[in-house]
Amino acid sequence: MANIIDMPKLSDTMTVGTLVKWKKRAGDAVKSGDILAEVETDKATMELESFFDGTLLKIFVPDGAQVAIGDALCAVGQPGEEVTAPATKKVETGKLKAEPTVPAAPVSAAPVAASVSERSAPPPSAPPAPVVAVAASVSERMVASGPRVRISPLARKLAVEKGIDYTGIAGSGPHGRIVRADILAAAPAAPAAAQISNLKSQIASGAPLLARDPIQPDHTFAVSNMRGTIARRLLESKTQIPHFYVEVEIDAEPLLVLRQQLNAALEKDGVKPWSPLAPPLAGKLSVNDFVLKACAEALRRVPSVNASWETSEIRYYGAVHVAFAVAIDDGLITPVIRNAHLKTLFQIAAEAKQLAALAKAKKLQPPQYTGGTFCVSNLGMMGVERFTAIINPPNSAILAVGAVVKKPVVKDDRIVVGQRMSLVLSCDHRVVDGALGATYLGALKQLLEAPSLLLL
Amino acid sequence: MPVITYREALNQALAEEMVRDPNVLLMGEEVGQFNGAYKVSEGLLARFGPQRVIDTPISEAGFVGIGVGASMLGVRPVIELMFWSFYSVAFDQVLNNAANIRYMSGGQINCPIVIRGPANGGTNVGATHSLTPENVCANHPGVKVVVPATAYDAKGLLKAAIRDNDPVMFMENTILYNDKGEVPEGDYIVPLGVADVKRAGTDLTIVAHGRSVIHALQVAAILEKEHKVSAEVVDLRSIRPLDEATILASVRKTHRVLLVDENKPFCGVGAQIAYLIQDQAFDDLDAPIKRVSAIDAPQIYSPPLEKEQMPNPQRILHAALGVLA
Repeated sequence: MANIIDMPKLSDTMTVGTLVKWKKRAGDAVKSGDILAEVETDKATMELESFFDGTLLKIFVPDGAQVAIGDALCAVGQPGEEVTAPATKKVETGKLKAEPTVPAAPVSAAPVAASVSERSAPPPSAPPAPVVAVAASVSERMVASGPRVRISPLARKLAVEKGIDYTGIAGSGPHGRIVRADILAAAPAAPAAAQISNLKSQIASGAPLLARDPIQPDHTFAVSNMRGTIARRLLESKTQIPHFYVEVEIDAEPLLVLRQQLNAALEKDGVKPWSPLAPPLAGKLSVNDFVLKACAEALRRVPSVNASWETSEIRYYGAVHVAFAVAIDDGLITPVIRNAHLKTLFQIAAEAKQLAALAKAKKLQPPQYTGGTFCVSNLGMMGVERFTAIINPPNSAILAVGAVVKKPVVKDDRIVVGQRMSLVLSCDHRVVDGALGATYLGALKQLLEAPSLLLL
Repeated sequence: MPVITYREALNQALAEEMVRDPNVLLMGEEVGQFNGAYKVSEGLLARFGPQRVIDTPISEAGFVGIGVGASMLGVRPVIELMFWSFYSVAFDQVLNNAANIRYMSGGQINCPIVIRGPANGGTNVGATHSLTPENVCANHPGVKVVVPATAYDAKGLLKAAIRDNDPVMFMENTILYNDKGEVPEGDYIVPLGVADVKRAGTDLTIVAHGRSVIHALQVAAILEKEHKVSAEVVDLRSIRPLDEATILASVRKTHRVLLVDENKPFCGVGAQIAYLIQDQAFDDLDAPIKRVSAIDAPQIYSPPLEKEQMPNPQRILHAALGVLA
């Protein structure tokens, strides 16, 4: 294919250039380094140099034409090579675009009409190009563009990897050099957790909340494997499992008191493993640790919830493997505590901590996040009081845990201050009927309101 | 662990190796009766006698030549140069003969000599006494070149050098002789050809050797405290063979490099390392490789000017901030 030479961005404020005068004509031989044309920018008139040897096969715009950055000016190649004039791009009026511009796929067979000033109509809309193809054609375009862009080798490599067209980026390095930070800033938006912490630091510093620029650069972000998998499984779950929801609000005061006592005593004691075989306890017990243990115990009392729908059969499991949701970059994952029905509160707490750390470091192995029979999702630490979760197939239920909230409650016919925590159980109606779900929640409530039972 | 000076560490290495191997001997100006121009060989004459600790006249070409010849016959001489600047008087012996003997004899003869002494400026001794010729020596295939920055490295590297069967150019520093550090008693080796990450970091790699390592560590502390920059300091320890892997791994981690050494810039050690990095880790660089060397002039005699001529923490800090820009 012939090399298409586009209107290069010759200054940071340039949006269009005028092709003042062609120095070569169609059919002329061209060597790398030859001046093809004079181009006028908003600042000065510059020379357009060829980086290719060959023949100037086709000129797309006449002398004097105003051309947007990135639009094709001419084609250089071997005589007889096919030349297709790519579609024009919108004149960029705004600031740099972070979106990798997908060059139009060359229309395969039809030869283009020879008129010098003609521009072909945009090709039929192509499906979104896969990232790899974008990266390859982006790097081709970058080679084809005019004067050298100052960019560090690392930033260039990153830009090609991410399919980002760096020719439009303003560099923050010395002499306007584009450096890694600029490519990373131009990359698709940071995942939710980073955005949240960005937002927090913005809130702390005050000013950006009042900014009048876009909330984020318009861009697309290729769906990662994780996000794709979450999407597929949860869509299946929500559309194929008949969900219904049962809620209970528990008195969390006994739980908080016991937790406080245990944590104080642990601290005083110096946290040590109580047997050589027990995992070392790293840190304090959290409310969620109690919930995980209680869920397992409640399943011992109401084992029919620990089951899976298998179309013509329901499979009941003798072991409780409790999964719990952990938010990570770009999504979430549910590490599994195996045999939670056999483990003590302390063991569950230590394992949960360890698995959460591995999850955040993306170091979980498949056996560590598969095989759960029940799942717990807790948004209490994020201030959510109550929510409903989507069942993780092939489980039959999932528990959504809210924050502990101080609110007025009725006790002995008087209004007092209570500490309440919402538990919402999503149930698969094929396996768990309303009464069964309610019974399970009842058992869970009983355990969490008499939490010393969890220490047995 | 005992805390001793760099000088004492060298002394221990010499004594221990002389005990271990009766073929090891020490020759040089003032090494015996005067106990060493810088007291590195203190007590060795008294302990090992005049057959093993030999005072020489002021004739480097002569006594280095004797050492080279003796080593070809099985002796393991450690030749002390009062200043490495004096190697030029014995250049032919060091870098023509010693360096090439193994090759030219088809491997039949080797030259297990160690030539050691201070190679540094900063002591107001003038242009002819302040050379740092590690770069010149390292240009010669056939020799090894070692520049310890700490007492620990000094002892371990000198032992390794003495046990090495090829010529080792061992460059010390009169200013470092008084530096103290933890040095194990007894035998241990620091292998030749292995660099040491003296401080781990993530934002900038500073590659240095000799006294520049000490300055680099000071600058790294300032960078951390005042600029929130985490700098990694790579101490080359050996110039030849060069531990390319450690250098490249560090560059690939931090993406920005500052090279610091006391050499004069043209064909200094930094020049070779810069070539290596851009050749092997081009795509990992987020900024050009920068270098702090001695200012390109004969070593200045005036003390305040000499201090400015040499790499010092202020100049290194300034250059580091430039690389990070």
